[in-house]
Formats: sequence, C-alpha cells, structure tokens
Amino acid sequence: MKNNSKIKNLFLLFFTFFKIGLFTFGGGYAMIALIEDICVEKKKWISHDDMLNVTVIAESTPGPISINCATYIGYRQAGFLGSVTATIGVILPSFIIIFLISRVLDNFLKYTVVSNAFKGIKAAVGILIIDASYKLLKQTKMSILNKIILIATVVVMLAANIFSVRISSVILIISSAVVSLSVYFVSNKAVKK
Amino acid sequence: MIYLQLFLGFLKVGLFSFGGAYAAIPLIRDIVISNNWLSDEMLSYMIAVSESTPGPVMINTATYVGALKGGILGSAVATFAVALPAFVIILLIMIVFKKLLKSRIFNFTLSSLKSSVIGIIFATGVIMSYENILFGSHEAGFDLRALILFVLLAAVYFIPRAYKKKISSILLIGLSAVFGAVIYAI
Repeated sequence: MKNNSKIKNLFLLFFTFFKIGLFTFGGGYAMIALIEDICVEKKKWISHDDMLNVTVIAESTPGPISINCATYIGYRQAGFLGSVTATIGVILPSFIIIFLISRVLDNFLKYTVVSNAFKGIKAAVGILIIDASYKLLKQTKMSILNKIILIATVVVMLAANIFSVRISSVILIISSAVVSLSVYFVSNKAVKK
Repeated sequence: MIYLQLFLGFLKVGLFSFGGAYAAIPLIRDIVISNNWLSDEMLSYMIAVSESTPGPVMINTATYVGALKGGILGSAVATFAVALPAFVIILLIMIVFKKLLKSRIFNFTLSSLKSSVIGIIFATGVIMSYENILFGSHEAGFDLRALILFVLLAAVYFIPRAYKKKISSILLIGLSAVFGAVIYAI
C-alpha cells in the first residue's frame, strides 16, 4: 500500500513537470509563474516562501531555472527518486520536440523562401541577445567593482573578436570570480587592520 | 569519440551558465564553433527555433547538436550532460551546503560573476550582429540587406517600448522571418 502511493506520487510528479516543460514558452521567468500556479497554489507541494527560496537558488546557480525548480520540488516531494523523476519530466517535452525538428530542419532549409526567412531570423537573434543583457542589467544593482568587471569583459571580448583571438567565456567567468575573491580578501584585511 | 566530446562540451555549458537562458548562448557558441559542430549561421537558427519552442535554450541546443552529431544517443548524452550540473548542484545545496547561499563571500563573488556574464551576453549579441552585417550570409562581404533588416527589426522591437508597449520575442522572430523572405527575394 505504501509502495503504491509512492509510485503514484512519482507518476504525478512526472506528469506535472512534463506539463510544465511542455508549456513554458518564453524562458525561465515565464516558467516560475507556471510552477507557482501549479505546485504552490493547486497541488500545495511547497509553500510560497519555499518557492521564493527556489527562485533565489535558481538565480545563484548555473543551469536552466526549470531544472533547478524540478530538482528542488521533486526532492522535497519524494527524495532523490522524486528529484530524478521531476527533472526528467521537465526535460522530456523539449527533448522530443527538438529531436523531431533536428530530423527535418536541414531539408526545410533547402527551400529558398525558408532559408531567406532564416536569414531574417538571424538578424532578430542578435537583437534579442543584446536585449537580454539589457534586461539583466536593469534587474541588477551593481557595485563599482562589478561595473568595472562588466565593462572589462565587454572590452576584452570585443577586442578578442576584432583581433581574431579566441578567448573562451569560461575563462572570462573564472577570471572575474578570481578578481572578485581577491578584492574580497584584500578589503576584509584592510577592515581588520 | 563524439559521445565523450558531446558530454564534456555540454557539461561545461551546464556548469558555467549562470544567469538564465541567454547566459548559455555565449558558452554554447564557444563550444559548437570550436568543435566545428555548427556554423554561426546554424547556431542562430537554432536559437530562434529554441525561442519558438518550449523549454530552455541550452537543453534545446544540446538536444539538437547531439542529434546532429550522434543521432538519438548523441542527443540523449548531450541533454543529460547539460542538465546534470544544475541537478547535482541543487541536491548538494539542499542536502549538504544549506548555508552556502547566505554566506557573504559566496554572494560577493556571485554578484561579480553575474556582472561578467551580462558583459559576455552583450558582447556576444554585438559580435553576432556585426558579423552578420559585415560578412554577410554566404558571400563574404558587406551585406546591405542584413544591415537594413537589422535596423528595421531594431526599430520594430524597441520603438513600441517608448509607448509602453512590448513586442514579444516570438513575434519578433515571426516578423523577422517574413522580412527576411521578402528582402532577400528582391
């Protein structure tokens, strides 16, 4: 009996997160609203405070917000197995859809109209990416150190591109963490003295 | 071996993509271009496809590149790899490092890291845009049509904001497809 309800619980987690994965157009923040609606309001799996907590964790850790949320709520509901089930559930819809698209996209591009349309899309993608950085910038309060890091990153990346030097963004991210840690320790020492 | 390359490549994307979907794009670009998995052109198509389908961009790209390079197994490996870090890190935070998120040093470093990511996203958008205009789509050279498209789309996207109206990203992609089909046909 106990086993039965456990399995039922896992199925419910799977299908709920499958549904969430299927209907999240428009990125992570659209998904938070949907998860809030389903997991907090309807199913009462976690409290509103918990949800806020997940959001903070999701923002402070790498990876897609949807996976962070699925892992967190799944673990809360049904332990490790629950976290695995919810995470697979949330990934599966986009996996299936994109896999199918990957089989046909190349054939579509052979039509001139379609490839011209995609050239237009290419221009739009650049704009969307620039806009994404602007939106993030607006949400973030920045110290002087962080402003310097941001500007330095932009300058280094653009310069590297102009001079055709390859610098991986991972290197830039790690360097900024190192700079930040050094400043943290130096300023802490200064305060203690 | 392609499966191992896919696994390691997308593990790196999953591990360093702080700051949501768009933060992953520069990392994905690094990895797919340095491995010759996708051209810049196919990558931007893929980003557009990801935007217009459900699911996070990095999962979608992992699935797509994996499928292209290693069939169904390749797509499963790449998708697993890109999701793994987020999964493991959340479990670790819930079970082991409950206090990490409250620590001062963690938040101090994280805020710098995120600032750097914002810079990386911005620079990537700028680079992709000007390369598209300067080097054209197929013929290597200045592409006037691409410039016209860019200006037109930027106007369509940003001008409504001055009047407190918003064009969604999916609508912009739809419009750009129509404009592209028209402008490149002339």
